[in-house]
Amino acid sequence: MSATVAIQLTIAIPLAGAVLIALTGRWPNPREGVTLTTAGLLFLTVLSLLPAVAGGARPTATLIEMLPGLPLAFEVEPLGMLFGLVASGLWIVNSIYSIGYMRGNREANQTRFYVCFAVALASTMGVAFASNMFTLFVFYEALTLSTYPLVTHKGTDEAMRAGRTYLGMLLGTSIGLQLLAILWTWQVAGTLDFTAGGVLAGKAEGPIVGVMLLLYVYGIGKAALMPLHRWLPAAMVAPTPVSALLHAVAVVKAGVFTVLKVVIYIFGLDFLHGTGYGEWLAYIAAASLLAASLIALSKDNLKARLAYSTISQLAYIVLGAALANGLGVIGGGMHIAMHAMGKITLFFCAGAIYTATHKTEVSEMSGLGRVMPFTFGAFMIAALSIIGLPPMGGLWSKWYLALGALEDNQLLLVGALMASSLLNIAYLMPIPLRGFFGKAPGNPGAAPGAAPGATVAIKEAPLPCLIAIGVTAAGCIVLFFVPDLIVNLLAPIAAP
Amino acid sequence: MIGAALSVLQPHLPVLQIVVPLIAAPACFALGRGNRAWALAVAVSWVAFGISAWLLATVMDTGPISYALGNWPAPWGIEYRVDALNGFVLLVVSGIGAVTLPYTRRSVAHELPESQQGAFYTAFLLCLTGLLGVAITGDAFNLFVFLEISSLSSYALIALGRDRRALTASFQYLVMGTIGATFIVIGIGLLYMATGTLNMADLAARIPAVADSRTVLAALAFIAVGATLKLALFPLHFWLPNAYAYTPSVVTAFLAATATKVSVYILVRFFFTVFGAAYTYEVLALDNLLIPFSVVAILVCSTVAIFQTDVKRLLAYSSIAQICYIILGIGLGSETGLTAGLVHLFNHAVTKGALFLALGCVVLRVGTPRLDALAGLGRAMPWTMFAFVLAGLSLIGVPLTAGFVSKWYLVQAALEADAWYLAVVVLASSLLALVYVWRVVEAAYLRPVPEGAPSLAAREAPLSMLIPTWILAGASVYFGIDTSLNVGVARAAAQFLLGSGG
Repeated sequence: MSATVAIQLTIAIPLAGAVLIALTGRWPNPREGVTLTTAGLLFLTVLSLLPAVAGGARPTATLIEMLPGLPLAFEVEPLGMLFGLVASGLWIVNSIYSIGYMRGNREANQTRFYVCFAVALASTMGVAFASNMFTLFVFYEALTLSTYPLVTHKGTDEAMRAGRTYLGMLLGTSIGLQLLAILWTWQVAGTLDFTAGGVLAGKAEGPIVGVMLLLYVYGIGKAALMPLHRWLPAAMVAPTPVSALLHAVAVVKAGVFTVLKVVIYIFGLDFLHGTGYGEWLAYIAAASLLAASLIALSKDNLKARLAYSTISQLAYIVLGAALANGLGVIGGGMHIAMHAMGKITLFFCAGAIYTATHKTEVSEMSGLGRVMPFTFGAFMIAALSIIGLPPMGGLWSKWYLALGALEDNQLLLVGALMASSLLNIAYLMPIPLRGFFGKAPGNPGAAPGAAPGATVAIKEAPLPCLIAIGVTAAGCIVLFFVPDLIVNLLAPIAAP
Repeated sequence: MIGAALSVLQPHLPVLQIVVPLIAAPACFALGRGNRAWALAVAVSWVAFGISAWLLATVMDTGPISYALGNWPAPWGIEYRVDALNGFVLLVVSGIGAVTLPYTRRSVAHELPESQQGAFYTAFLLCLTGLLGVAITGDAFNLFVFLEISSLSSYALIALGRDRRALTASFQYLVMGTIGATFIVIGIGLLYMATGTLNMADLAARIPAVADSRTVLAALAFIAVGATLKLALFPLHFWLPNAYAYTPSVVTAFLAATATKVSVYILVRFFFTVFGAAYTYEVLALDNLLIPFSVVAILVCSTVAIFQTDVKRLLAYSSIAQICYIILGIGLGSETGLTAGLVHLFNHAVTKGALFLALGCVVLRVGTPRLDALAGLGRAMPWTMFAFVLAGLSLIGVPLTAGFVSKWYLVQAALEADAWYLAVVVLASSLLALVYVWRVVEAAYLRPVPEGAPSLAAREAPLSMLIPTWILAGASVYFGIDTSLNVGVARAAAQFLLGSGG
């Protein structure tokens, strides 16, 4: 299979999967079989591109020339390779999880759910492999629209309002700001191709660069840089598999991935570093990162707390991009993978708790760890990874980000990173700790003989959920031992 | 034998474009009620579409076609002249006609008493004839005649609406439309006084000699006001929402997609071919009027659309705003701007046609286009509502839809002209469009369905209505992906208009 065909297949496979899922919608087992097969095939196809890309090749494919000079075209480079692998790999795990979750909670409209999921993955692949800003924008918008039905899945008033926030903020920022920035770039540079070293150097200068950077960064609403973050907590109304794969991995990572692409291939690291506007962005990101962590502390709803944690972690990646030096962007790129693995596990656990006990608030979870030891154990591992402690993968990305900040003598930023890690501990660790050691809430109506702390029956979520949790929690540990693979893959993007 | 017949007919295709529907119109009336008249009208609309497709292909291949009516040579006789610009408009008008006419049978059977149906098809074909005639003719006075044919027949079509308010809406449109047409004919009369000719190409050649006179200036002013009245440019738009709201659904779709577009064509033709871009923009500086009015209309009418409770009126206000995108592009006067305007002329015709056709399906099954009656239709009429969503996305201007292509060029034209605020206005209004389109989407998919709602009993629309709806909805996506036809021809037309200047 030639690389060109493989690239086209990464879009075609999930789309074909979506059609097949719709056709087999009446029979749940074949339908889920299609989802799993599609996810597996997609991952293998993406994987088949890896050797070539790791070897320095840049496979390309062109679909159609939509407007003169603006084709829908793809080119696989290291960052996109990493993002594509993470998203497609986790889709397999997430599909297994979805089966347990959706059936366990007897959700309605499951066919629509799986169809939209497949379309969202096709869009994600388009974002990952886009060879120009125009193509990226097209798939970026497709991702927004295909996830809207997933956010409003429950069809309640709350879901409708959340859907409004979601669509309003994501489409609003992308059409109002990002499209303007793209057209401006097209006007100034005459090309939108992602080019090593950027396309704006020598074409734009002075405050214009700063304005464009702001238009891009805030136009990419999916990166959830404060104050444009409200859509992400709103999206938590969706079923948990959606929050897990889309709002911890695909959608939000598409956002920060786009920020990285813009900084590396549109502005160019050296150019952006030279203008000094990156520094301003880094401070904005640091503020966003601390503020989101503080808000996370105050949230009692588990998914809301995780959502604010995501906002904070996304700001790490924006910060890495804003540093505009090699270590910073490598750290940012790595954090896409590391955070994805950790956060998807956390969401899986949140969904497992909900499926087994229908509890959503952190304060209700005291003592629950003794009922669901496996889930809370996995939660612990993933939380440690997000915090950035060994032996978890999350250590490495924070390591590189801190090194990147040090390289520029930005001690304030290093301080912000460290402070945020402490805040991570403060808002994540109480959950498993209270789960294992906390007192189960007394139930006044219960039989008088049931002493607190007595052994309780273990009641975990359905098996598919547990398998998924196990895989991603193990992934957090595995990533600790293989950071060099990712660093070697990403090294070329840092070289000018 | 057919080949031989075709080769005889071929040179006469420009006139057949008009003559075929013109003759078929009274024949429909003679055929009387029901299906026979409908079948004839459909056949005629398809022939007309075939002819315009052939004309456009030939023009793009070999350059403008000139046809002397009755063999009277050009400056004296009436000339039909097809170039990239009006070939494009002909294709849009006849294409929309060919798609909407098959749709009419069930829709009209539902909304009109049987005794009026023969007359309906007559009026419809006359309207089609008039619109095609305006586009194809190269003679200024002939243009006015065809404009009146299309206007009078559309007054009749609007008055056929079930609601009694259709009569006042039609009367309102009649008054405004007549004022507009009168302004145009006064302008043409002034030009005739100044130059002694009515042929457009001839006018273009002679106007420079008399360009300093106030007569010519006044002529341009009269024509510009008349045409903007017909195309409902803010603040001359008050007739449009009522006219669209109370008309039979299919007529709304047809008029919204074609009538205003043809009026835009009149504007472009006089601005660029007859007077020349230099005269229009430098001497009279009409862009100083067109651009501010469009900006206000885009913002105000998009906002007004958000607060409508009747989806037909919502789309009508959206139309006023969308037409102003076209005017904005034209007002910018650059090649990119003109391309953007013409591309949007095409894209908006397709998009808004699809939306009104989908709405017609809803009216057929639910009985009303009110927003609250749509609750639950996403489930009851999935195909209709999905077509509405697709076309709605194109209206917003989401990538991979036709509307995005228009916006891309329009914003690009604004940036080229260093007009930042225009780029911002265009993008901001996309967000307003998002709000009003999403009100419909939420109503159809997410609103709780009240007890006894009409949508509970609704079934999917019949195929004869669903297929035309989907052709246009599909086209509004297709032309956002493969832009070789709409952008290609629009660019060629823009280059032709600016390059030759006359």
